[in-house]
Amino acid sequence: MRFMAIVKEDQASEAGTPPPPELFEAMTTFNEELVKAGVMLAGEGLLPSSQGLRIKYDGADRTIIDGPFAETKELIAGFWILQAKSRDEVIEWMKRAPFDGGTEIEIRQIAEFEDFGDALPESVIERETQMRATLEERARQQ
Amino acid sequence: MTASDTHRAIEAVWRIESARLIAGVARVVRDVGVAEELAHDALVAALEQWPASGIPRNPGAWLMTTAKRRAVDLVRRNVRLEARQDALGRDFIERQDATTADFDAVEEDVSDDLLRLVFTACHPVLSADARVALTLRLLGGLTTAEIARAFLAPESTIAQRIVRAKRTLAESGVPYEVPTGDDLHARLGSVLEVIYLVFNEGYAATSGEDWMRTGLCEDALRLGRILAGLMPREAEVHGLVALMEIQASRMRARTTRSGEPVLLLDQNRARWDHLLIQRGLAALARAEALDAERGPYTLQAAIAACHARARTAEETDWARIVATYDELARRMPSPVVALNRAVAVSMAEGPAAGLREADALLDEPALGTYHLLPSVRGDLLAKLGRSEEARAEFTRAAAMTRNARERDLLLARASDIPPPG
Repeated sequence: MRFMAIVKEDQASEAGTPPPPELFEAMTTFNEELVKAGVMLAGEGLLPSSQGLRIKYDGADRTIIDGPFAETKELIAGFWILQAKSRDEVIEWMKRAPFDGGTEIEIRQIAEFEDFGDALPESVIERETQMRATLEERARQQ
Repeated sequence: MTASDTHRAIEAVWRIESARLIAGVARVVRDVGVAEELAHDALVAALEQWPASGIPRNPGAWLMTTAKRRAVDLVRRNVRLEARQDALGRDFIERQDATTADFDAVEEDVSDDLLRLVFTACHPVLSADARVALTLRLLGGLTTAEIARAFLAPESTIAQRIVRAKRTLAESGVPYEVPTGDDLHARLGSVLEVIYLVFNEGYAATSGEDWMRTGLCEDALRLGRILAGLMPREAEVHGLVALMEIQASRMRARTTRSGEPVLLLDQNRARWDHLLIQRGLAALARAEALDAERGPYTLQAAIAACHARARTAEETDWARIVATYDELARRMPSPVVALNRAVAVSMAEGPAAGLREADALLDEPALGTYHLLPSVRGDLLAKLGRSEEARAEFTRAAAMTRNARERDLLLARASDIPPPG
């Protein structure tokens, strides 16, 4: 099973203030533990929303809205993608993260084996069939 | 937290900590069976105490202290018994000092402990089945029931297998240590074999109805990554991890909605997991940087990487794949490798060339009951318009496979061939 652990922004991360050295080191150690245990698939920090933007989709319109964005607590500061046998296991892992001071992490399971079958539009099925026919034709010609 | 919440949390802690715990205790008692029992004793203590006291801030340390304390008591008791019979009282005192020092594990010690456990669980004195079961149990943190379910075996069979394995290790007197020098490479091969066996069991079941039991793939990947962290300078470890990451990247594309297998070239590449592909390519690069002379796992990973890099099946660099198979055949000559190479040749140079390569394998005794040989020949014969022969080969192949889905696929291919005239 895979999970995304989402780190929410706080005042410091939005201001672009680097974390204190002890926290940085503790975080590095934590990441190393995740890697050594084979559960870390990905982990990244995001630059503050002042350097980000949003795109709004409305019909054919695309509107670009530059950051920063006001609702700090709802913004994402970073994420991990972790592999674990169960929800309980990822909780136990993330409990070991060196966060403090009311920082919140949200953990969401990544959808696996999503059944695209029914939603696969006719045109996509058509293209895949075409491709197979092309390959067979090409093979026959050789 | 409710009692069942705590219970599940303790199970999760066990899965995270058990390998390290058993490894650390084994260093004291030098016997994996005894180490596992003591580790389990600590788990039982946790199950008894934590629901009331709460889960400790550092659960791993709590378990380790509890288990090691009992381990030291056990060793002292045994040593005292020996000392009564043995005139060398001095030896007794030295050993007592040594075991107390084992309480404080340093980082390198933890790695060493785990490596010792890995190499012991995968010792060649044990059968492959035994190594797999013991490794999943001691290092994978799986219960006997979970191992039994994954391998479609009765729980009692697996339980006995593990008991016998521990006894064999104790009785054969294998030293509890990490092998060194040339011995290390031979023994490492045994470890990699176990991990890849687990992965393959998960990736493609050879019996029963279902093709995949994905949990085992994740277990194998996790073990591989752990080993890569413990032995970062071993090229083939990274090679195996690369191979597994890339193969695992195709899991979502390997079957249709109804569970039928989809061949690699027909797969929807948008459903390939590109995170895993990137990880696999990175691991492959590490392997190739460590040893320009690529080993079998690294070479197989390189072939898988060729497919992974092609955005569409048409963009596949077949010539490169053939060249890599040439290298693999030199490194690890085997009829199965030769057959896979024949398929690559057919893609690079046409079905006639591929059939020539496949036909050369008809006398191979090792492939006598291997359904993929007639399957490949059937495919190439069909492409060459030799319909009767093709149908015969697909039918023959269908009779040789134990996998129901694969049999259906082969029978379908046989009946798809238009009759003569």
